[in-house]
Amino acid sequence: MADIFSLAAGNLISPIILSFVLGVAAALARSDLTIPEAVAKGMSIYLLFAIGFKGGIGVAAHGVDVKLVGTLVAAGVLSFGLPFIAFGLLGFMTKLTTLEKAAVAAHYGSISIVTFVAATSVLETQGLVAEGYMVAAAAVMEAPAILSALWIVATKGGGAYATKGLYREILLNGSIVLLVGSFLIGAITGQDGLNQIAPFIVAPFQGVLCLFLLDMGLVAGRGLRDSRGEVGGGAIAFGLLMPLVGSAFGLMAALAIGLSPGGAALFMTLSASASYIAVPAAMRVALPEAKPSIYLTLSLGVTFPFNLTVGIPLYTAISTTLAGG
Amino acid sequence: MQRHKAKRVEIIIEAALLSRLTDALQSADVSGYTVLPVKGGSGRSGPWTRDGQISRGSGMFAVICLIRPERLDGLLEVAFEVVEKHIGVVSITDTEILRSERF
Repeated sequence: MADIFSLAAGNLISPIILSFVLGVAAALARSDLTIPEAVAKGMSIYLLFAIGFKGGIGVAAHGVDVKLVGTLVAAGVLSFGLPFIAFGLLGFMTKLTTLEKAAVAAHYGSISIVTFVAATSVLETQGLVAEGYMVAAAAVMEAPAILSALWIVATKGGGAYATKGLYREILLNGSIVLLVGSFLIGAITGQDGLNQIAPFIVAPFQGVLCLFLLDMGLVAGRGLRDSRGEVGGGAIAFGLLMPLVGSAFGLMAALAIGLSPGGAALFMTLSASASYIAVPAAMRVALPEAKPSIYLTLSLGVTFPFNLTVGIPLYTAISTTLAGG
Repeated sequence: MQRHKAKRVEIIIEAALLSRLTDALQSADVSGYTVLPVKGGSGRSGPWTRDGQISRGSGMFAVICLIRPERLDGLLEVAFEVVEKHIGVVSITDTEILRSERF
């Protein structure tokens, strides 16, 4: 247990965490510090491409094994299943409407790719290697939770506006296409491909991640500042509890599959994280009556900082202990 | 220079709905419109800004159409089907245009 706290404390004093803290502090202090939208999108494209490519390199180096299939199946099952648990917990802990609970639940079944990237960075600094195909697991977990939320709404007699176009948008949203595409490029080109672009996707990665997390801190801080009164204590407690619940399911799946400690830590992180890119857009289309200030504040203002500061070091420590590291 | 009466319809719409609105306009044979990014604002859901945002789940666009008065109802009908349930603003103003054959 002492090791877990030591690891967590060490993680807090890292450039990426402190950059995020700076962003939150600047937003809460009403500083005029901003990252332009185009720059933020550019950085997110860079990070997605780099992480996908490096995942593909991992698969090219170590090959495909039966664990890959198990991981992808488990990823899909978790993404489908976690919204039902989240919906049930929200029923106990909050007074949100059915639509709002379903919208929040969708976010917690899907994943935050930036949390995944940050976790990958932490593992690298600790010398832990994860299975390259965890990137593919992240892509698999993006969308199923949305379908679960729409199913929940349908069974509860609520109004969802799911169309054929919505499903296409969910499955082909930019982050999934870029992540899977760069993963395939990495898997096809292997180490030779990495050698050609390493100065671009390896060396600057940590610095870009710092700036991106500064931006995430600014966005999260603004959300917290502007949403006072919208999100109650029960919902905030949910935003802190649900990552632990999700990560426990992720750990069980990782142990059952036999993932490495690094892979288990990433699977826990994926299961613990909440979307704020793909799912909010889908919810605005399908569940327009659900207030975005609730699910965005919970996802970005509560769960994301929790995972970044406490969750990732905790999941890493637990996985290295239980997955045999 | 001859000027002609027209209607200027401005629809501020959620980013996630933009393609649905432009598709609806096309389906109503409204082929001319301009899409502008909206930097920020404030409304019933509180203040917001596009700064630093990477998701289409937040943020708005402005879609501006200049149209002959007799075609206004058709445009509003299809546009309203898209925007009815969502955050946004629809406004109509009288305006004048040059080169009316283009509208």
